[in-house]
Amino acid sequence: MAGRRRRLSAGWRLPSGGGCALLLCCAAVAWSGATVAGAAELPGFSVENPAPGVYVHYGSQAEMTPANVGDVANLGFVVGTRCVAVIDTGGTYAVGRALRQAIRRVATVPVCYVINTHVHPDHIFGNAAFADDHPEFIGHARLADAMRSRGPNYLNALRRDLGDAAQSSAIVLPTRAVAAIEELDLGGRVLTLRAWPAAHTDTDLTIFDSASRTLWLGDLVFVGHVPVLDGNLRGYLAALDQVRAMRGDLAIPGHGRALAWPDAVVPEQRYLSRLLADVRAAIKAGHTLTETLAIVGPGPDPWLLTDQFHRRNVTAAYAELEWDE
Amino acid sequence: MTRRDFCMVLALAFAASGTARGQDAGPADSAVWKKVHASVFAGAAIEAGDRVVALETPKRAEDAAIVPLAIRAQFPQTRDRYIEKIWLIIDNNPSPIAAVFQFTLESGRADIETRVRIEEYTYVRAVALTNDGKLYMAANYVKAAGGCSAPAGKDALAAKANLGKMRLRVGETLASGQPALAQLMVSHPNDSGLAMDQVTRSYATPHFVRRVEVRYDGRLVMNADVDFSISENPNFRFYFVPNGAGELNARVIDNQDLEFTAQTKLEGARLGAASTLR
Repeated sequence: MAGRRRRLSAGWRLPSGGGCALLLCCAAVAWSGATVAGAAELPGFSVENPAPGVYVHYGSQAEMTPANVGDVANLGFVVGTRCVAVIDTGGTYAVGRALRQAIRRVATVPVCYVINTHVHPDHIFGNAAFADDHPEFIGHARLADAMRSRGPNYLNALRRDLGDAAQSSAIVLPTRAVAAIEELDLGGRVLTLRAWPAAHTDTDLTIFDSASRTLWLGDLVFVGHVPVLDGNLRGYLAALDQVRAMRGDLAIPGHGRALAWPDAVVPEQRYLSRLLADVRAAIKAGHTLTETLAIVGPGPDPWLLTDQFHRRNVTAAYAELEWDE
Repeated sequence: MTRRDFCMVLALAFAASGTARGQDAGPADSAVWKKVHASVFAGAAIEAGDRVVALETPKRAEDAAIVPLAIRAQFPQTRDRYIEKIWLIIDNNPSPIAAVFQFTLESGRADIETRVRIEEYTYVRAVALTNDGKLYMAANYVKAAGGCSAPAGKDALAAKANLGKMRLRVGETLASGQPALAQLMVSHPNDSGLAMDQVTRSYATPHFVRRVEVRYDGRLVMNADVDFSISENPNFRFYFVPNGAGELNARVIDNQDLEFTAQTKLEGARLGAASTLR
């Protein structure tokens, strides 16, 4: 047993050059007794290949549960002649490992970049599965701080809600920060990374692949799954105006499928605009937060998961907008 | 609060979190509560709150960072009978004593509405001390938010930029001698500093409001000793009794000894400020 643990931790050593790709202390406790072999399996994990070198895994439209092993967000990777860039890693170590296995099936070049589109757990907890590749972990300039302050809570909640399926999941901090716009050369194709002001979260990052003209939009764009506000509502709406003007042949939202671009973003703009107007009106009318929660509904569009997220959105919108008057 | 105190309450909270998930254990059985009952209340008898204090909370914390709650006194503050103090306790937060509110006859009503962070499945309690020295408790169980909600702030840059901005508002029409609602908003990150920087192995600098004091014409209306269990941008709704023209003053002090103040003048017949409160 002791030998097994030693081997495990040796394999888990993260790149030390940058000096900041380290696991949070709670994470270390979490996997000290776990084995990688014990992590949950994802037999049905599949990736689509909509354009040369572009691979997408569409997660299920659900909250993270033991049954779905935290596989609820869209993930993927882009393969160049030099190396592979991973874009988001899933809600658990097990999802990250399944993604890594999918990469090994189609690519012979190494993984050199693991990019997180924002701080939410369904997009980052698979990072640890790529530790052996010694990639650069890349995120928004505020991602490291956000991971530090939220990481312990996210890990506790993951263990609480997913139990064994959370095994080996850990917070892995970025080794490289994007403050505005940066390019990554994968060989034969260039990814353009863009950091946004606070919108869905205050760590949103989008990626454009020049060769396939693919837009990876993270959770700036929700399709089907009700949008989630965890940053700044007016910033979110402003970002969507710009996102909608971005041209691409393929758009990959953080949740759901964008069948037509940019039309896919219209319902989200409608939901958030309405949220803004309704909450603002409730505040003007003198309603408290609790009263406003009872008044402001999700609107006419058939969103998924409104029970889980709509009231939360109203709460966040209220706390932001009450300072306006 | 010192770093050592932090560690102690953290240990308490974690010790309890194992049993906190299932609600089978009643509010009296929580390990944190047993400690608090012994240390803060010296094990004194505490009666059910029904006729003294009510606690309104959501059943589930929709957003772990902003959980609205209301504590409502079941009678007005009169010379014969009034509430002196209310403790707001969140068992499984890193620092369980979220606030200690002090009220006076000038409060009119010992009501308070605020927003708190809820980290885990937990009991939330309001313990009221009445002027006859008796204690009463109302307790609700609150389920934690979903896994992608964290008690951290939403927009770190905005929080820094707006530090110390304040709003103090009262209703448009106030009646002299009758309890009137007021609202105090403070722009402040109210940060626990509990997140550890893995590079330096040091903690972030805690920065949170520790005291809120509201006076009407110099007389204390409401005092709150608070900490980072209160949400970012602390927000309080409370009562005071206006009496003709006067001035409502709020003073806020944080743990770095920064002091912020706000005033609202109540003038003659039309007592009040720009905004309406209901």
